[in-house]
Amino acid sequence: MLSIKNLKVSVEGKPILNGLNLEVAEGEVHAIMGPNGSGKSTFASVIAGRDYFDIKEGEVKYLGKNLLEMSPEMRSKEGIFLGFQYPVEIPGVSMTNFMRAALNEKREHLGLKQLSGAEFIKIMEEKQELVNIQSKLTNRSVNEGFSGGEKKKNEIFQMALLEPKLSVLDETDSGLDIDALKIVANGVNYLKRKDNATILITHYQRLLDYIIPDFVHVLYDGKIVKSGGKELALELEEKGYEWIKEITNKE
Amino acid sequence: MADNNNTYNSENFKNNLIKLYESNRKYFSSDSSEKTQKLRDKAFKSFKEYGFPNKKDESWRFSKLDQLFRDDYEFDFEPKLKKFDVNKIFTCDVYDLDTYCVTLINGWFAYKNSPLSVLKDGTIIGSLSKALEIYPEIVEKSIGSTAKIDQPGFVSLNTTFMQDGLFIYVPDNIEVEKPVQIISIVDSKNPIFIQPRNLIIVGKNSKLSLIHCDHSLSHNISFTNTVSEIILNENSYIDHYKVQNKGRNSSLITSIFFKQKSDSKIINNAITLNGGFTKNQIDLQIEGENCSSNLNGLYIMDKNQHVDNQVLVKHNKSNSYSNQLYKGIVNDQASAVFSGKVYVEKDSQNTKAFQNNKNILLTDEATINTQPFLEIYADDVKCSHGATVGQLDSEAMFYLRSRGLCEQTSKQLLMYAFTNEIINEISIEPLKNNIASLVEKRLKGELSICDQCILNCDSSEPKFIQNILD
Repeated sequence: MLSIKNLKVSVEGKPILNGLNLEVAEGEVHAIMGPNGSGKSTFASVIAGRDYFDIKEGEVKYLGKNLLEMSPEMRSKEGIFLGFQYPVEIPGVSMTNFMRAALNEKREHLGLKQLSGAEFIKIMEEKQELVNIQSKLTNRSVNEGFSGGEKKKNEIFQMALLEPKLSVLDETDSGLDIDALKIVANGVNYLKRKDNATILITHYQRLLDYIIPDFVHVLYDGKIVKSGGKELALELEEKGYEWIKEITNKE
Repeated sequence: MADNNNTYNSENFKNNLIKLYESNRKYFSSDSSEKTQKLRDKAFKSFKEYGFPNKKDESWRFSKLDQLFRDDYEFDFEPKLKKFDVNKIFTCDVYDLDTYCVTLINGWFAYKNSPLSVLKDGTIIGSLSKALEIYPEIVEKSIGSTAKIDQPGFVSLNTTFMQDGLFIYVPDNIEVEKPVQIISIVDSKNPIFIQPRNLIIVGKNSKLSLIHCDHSLSHNISFTNTVSEIILNENSYIDHYKVQNKGRNSSLITSIFFKQKSDSKIINNAITLNGGFTKNQIDLQIEGENCSSNLNGLYIMDKNQHVDNQVLVKHNKSNSYSNQLYKGIVNDQASAVFSGKVYVEKDSQNTKAFQNNKNILLTDEATINTQPFLEIYADDVKCSHGATVGQLDSEAMFYLRSRGLCEQTSKQLLMYAFTNEIINEISIEPLKNNIASLVEKRLKGELSICDQCILNCDSSEPKFIQNILD
């Protein structure tokens, strides 16, 4: 589904990703872990199509297409979803109108008919229940005045509505208490299907107690330096990132 | 004429106007009482002395006037038509908005039945000139009591030439049932200069909603110099809307003078969607305690349009609140000016006064000059001012696009959201909905100048009132 080869990216002349390789297939859950500054969030943003990066080298194929040539909105319509580490507050734009517009854009792209207001509300209520997000949030402006936990739940709610093929969740666990973490994890697990895939970007192992990954990758200095199964996360938790730094620097 | 415009300046125009006044005195003296004639003489003297503002004048620094001065403006010292049914040329497009609707045509009060009506509750609505004839004691007491004529500018000019306009008198203890809507229409084949004068008096414990729409029926050249005096007695309330959707060849200078007595409340919304040259001046004098005022403004400018909002709030007494919030979106080569001033007198303790101007510039050629001022002479006050000029938030743009909304839609959504803060303050629900949809259309580029507006007049073919009556 996603094939990344030798991706090199810099920001304002500073190299951030230094030859990243990753293969993600349908039905898989990947976790990308790494210390601060290793390039995790840059990776997420590049996949979603933020434009302030210089792509120096490498290729990213998504469902056989060159992802790097696609606009952010086209990526979304083709099934990519980014769960933001810091969801943006947009005063004056109602959550309901925003998501209805987003869903209808996607449906138009897929050749499906537009949803009426009533049809949309029905779908929205179903998805709200799924992620345990109260209707009072969807009646408000996008993320405005939401608590940290509400913002993250709102990301999962949007993911549930848009039903992406590939979700990249950037530090979705950061700043969550254990109850909110469970809600978010349950949402992700519930949305898992044989034909979609998830990339979890996280600093801590904690989230992986609730969402069991098929693969764990360690990102350090802009490259994946170690890959393994779910047990790698436990090893990391135990030995800390210093261990990774040591073995990488030795090489 | 074209050559003329290059050399024709404010001095020529001033001299022309002085001659014009002197040679047409008979029209003005017949429209005056002894007291108003005195006011007129004083204004004329002041205009002769100060003339028009020049570039050195701080409040006019960013609005170039010379291009507006012409020697071929027509002046109507008598109304071309007196009786007129506004419904003949258009119907108001604000659904479900039940108003008491009156019309000014080229500055003259136009009416179907009577120039002056007295509603069941005693409220008087009609022509200022007729009001001066029938209720001289009410008019004389208030006219000129707030408008400043002792300085350069258009107020002394208006006061010199004033003949007619809207008059509203709300007696004490009356809540006027329906909003009053005044539609000010300019319609002329030739360039025209008009000077409406409005006087609104709200009695003690009374309440009035007033919607003032400025409109041109054609793309022809016009210059409108309006002065409104709005007097709020103790514990009264006014909800005032100023909506402009004018042609690109129209220039509009509106000076509104508010006087607030104790416990009174003002909500003022100045919404400028289109216009060649627009200047909205507000001068608010707080003369009592426990007053509150919210002065809001929204402007959306493109092409070569220019809008200048100038606000002065003067706290002359203690314990009052004022808040200015002006927001604008400026596109293409358009320009906007905001100059807001809060002045707190020495003994006006416990004043709360706030001021904010937020702008979005969509191109490199668009300009905004914003000048927030605070001048405070009392020591126990809570005041703040601020101004921002920026582009659309790129984080928010990306967030919307990452959910599948295209760049254009995301931009429109953010611009619309930006305007919401002002639109949400509109308390007359049908008007709010209509303005919201106008703004939305305007942002989508569906509403070009004079294309469609609150009045829903079809401007594809210029309609001259005279033609319709013929």
